[in-house]
Amino acid sequence: MAPSSEQLLALYRTMTLIRRTEEQLARAHQMGLVPGPCHTYVGEEAIATGVCANLRRDDVVFSTHRGHGHALAKGVSAREVAAELFGKATGCSQGRGGSMHLFAPETGLMGTSGIVGPSILQGAGAGYSFKLLASDRVSVAFFGDGAVSNGAFHEGLNLAAIWDLPVIFVCEDNMYATEVPFREATPNQNVAERASVSYGMNALTVDGNDVLAVYQAAERAVAHARAGKGPSLIEFKTYRTRPHAEGMRDGGYRTAEEIDLWKKRDPISVFKSWLVAEGQADSDAIAAIDDEVKGIVEDAIEFARSSPFPDPATAADFIFSAQE
Amino acid sequence: MREITYTEAAREALAEQMAIDPSIFVVGEGIGERGGNFNTTLGLYEQYGPMRLRDTPIVERGFVGMCAGAAMTGARPVVDFMFIDFILDSMGELLNQISKVQYMSSGRIKMPIVLRGCIGIGGAAATHHSGSYYPIFVHIPGLRVALPSTPYDAKGLMKTALTGDDPVLFLEHKLLLNRRGRVPEEAYSIPFGQAAVVRSGSDATVVALTVMLPKVLAICEDLAREGIEIEVIDPRTVAPLDIDRILESVHKTGRLLIVDETFGPCGIGAEISALVMENGFDDLDAPIARLNGLHTPTPYSPTLENAVTPDQAAIIRAIRDLLAE
Repeated sequence: MAPSSEQLLALYRTMTLIRRTEEQLARAHQMGLVPGPCHTYVGEEAIATGVCANLRRDDVVFSTHRGHGHALAKGVSAREVAAELFGKATGCSQGRGGSMHLFAPETGLMGTSGIVGPSILQGAGAGYSFKLLASDRVSVAFFGDGAVSNGAFHEGLNLAAIWDLPVIFVCEDNMYATEVPFREATPNQNVAERASVSYGMNALTVDGNDVLAVYQAAERAVAHARAGKGPSLIEFKTYRTRPHAEGMRDGGYRTAEEIDLWKKRDPISVFKSWLVAEGQADSDAIAAIDDEVKGIVEDAIEFARSSPFPDPATAADFIFSAQE
Repeated sequence: MREITYTEAAREALAEQMAIDPSIFVVGEGIGERGGNFNTTLGLYEQYGPMRLRDTPIVERGFVGMCAGAAMTGARPVVDFMFIDFILDSMGELLNQISKVQYMSSGRIKMPIVLRGCIGIGGAAATHHSGSYYPIFVHIPGLRVALPSTPYDAKGLMKTALTGDDPVLFLEHKLLLNRRGRVPEEAYSIPFGQAAVVRSGSDATVVALTVMLPKVLAICEDLAREGIEIEVIDPRTVAPLDIDRILESVHKTGRLLIVDETFGPCGIGAEISALVMENGFDDLDAPIARLNGLHTPTPYSPTLENAVTPDQAAIIRAIRDLLAE
């Protein structure tokens, strides 16, 4: 079903929120306010946005080291994300996780991960839970092209396929695993084909920088899973325009021309032009969203900055379910 | 009281709890209709079907990682490895995810998962089917490790494993599986971190783990005829470890030997020894002694296999040496 103008503007708003939040987090990282690693999602926002727009709050997502976008799109507040990166007690993981370990189960964010692969297996496991408990919730596993030669990809897809689990596997192919080109990592870069031919899975390849295409592909996969018809895989072609992680040298494995080419395909500016050209929104409506998001992000950064650090006496809390 | 086997006792707790809690499911190779290579799930498939007794392909990393996700979202998985050696293919999921999710999420996500399998040397199973590995798991924050030695403990510790919210390794020595013992028919649980004083004595304390317990007890009966009274402690869980009970015993006897089939270096004996040194040094009348299996992969041939695990003669020698100090 074609999304309404309201839904289209919501997609624009979420992408913009992710972009502006991460721009400020990158700045904060440069200023030393984010003490640890920070992998941005800049250029890939359409994927988290279009996928999560099809999810209910009680559906779950399992994410990667590049997970700020998934968290924000799933509904974790910019305040909680920013505070976690700042290492503050008010962060979504109360300062025990950081950028790569964001957890907010009440909004369905079941974790971002510093290890490539587990999101695929855990996503399948949530699907197993929902099927076992006769729930119509669905599970989404996000991962990059860097995960698809890993055993977790093959084991997770296989298990989800043989047991018809309600899972959507979302491959974000940004062409590089850290700095290793996908073309050098596998003889078959067609991820959808791997899923469909090898594991009999409903699978397709979609332009990951086209938020509308993402939204519509995810809508079908979510409906498929929710109807009990089993897993799907969607391979989204995309690109990250910033380095693998903030502060890292970005040369030697890709060219400036390639980065410039993809910047022209920026999912937010392309979508903004489309909204106006198609008469779905006027520039005032877009400016209003831009202003609102700017305010949210300023507030989030200020919240993170002014929040207290965790009490060192609590460093060994939460190892087990009951405090000892 | 009736007597049943160790395996039957653990299975009884599993069956009891599966009847109460519909979120429990078991995964493993041959645990469905077949009832498990070691009869761990015998008869349950007929009652609960494939969604709760799920035969898997041989992908330990895959199904352990999958069960982590299930445990995070409302289910209570039991992973039945058959031989615990197979857990090694899933160590990343175990040590980087299962043990850490509760901590990383500041307690916002629970990890109720039981990982069970047979451990230990015996039956010429050779080195890929004879491992125990529990000192490795004890080293990692966030994991519980239960080592039942008797049918009574197998049932009570399984009940605790299946009702808590933490990841539990439930490790069953293959030479204990068919041992019989008194087990109440009614449900009961044994809290983790409570050692059992299996035998009282005043001359020395012997901490005996898993399969070493029956061996040590048999020797103690012989020594009692000479007037030597050994106190025998079975920790029952090594994470958490009931060091207080061991310290109380050493306070009484002044001498301590730890008998464990697993390796000595960085092992359970080393840990107990250090803790007693730190907290009970003044009670010691002799250096703490350890008796471990040889620090070697497990060989196949029976003469070699017998040589790498502590036997009766070695245990008697170790106790006599300790008393002579």
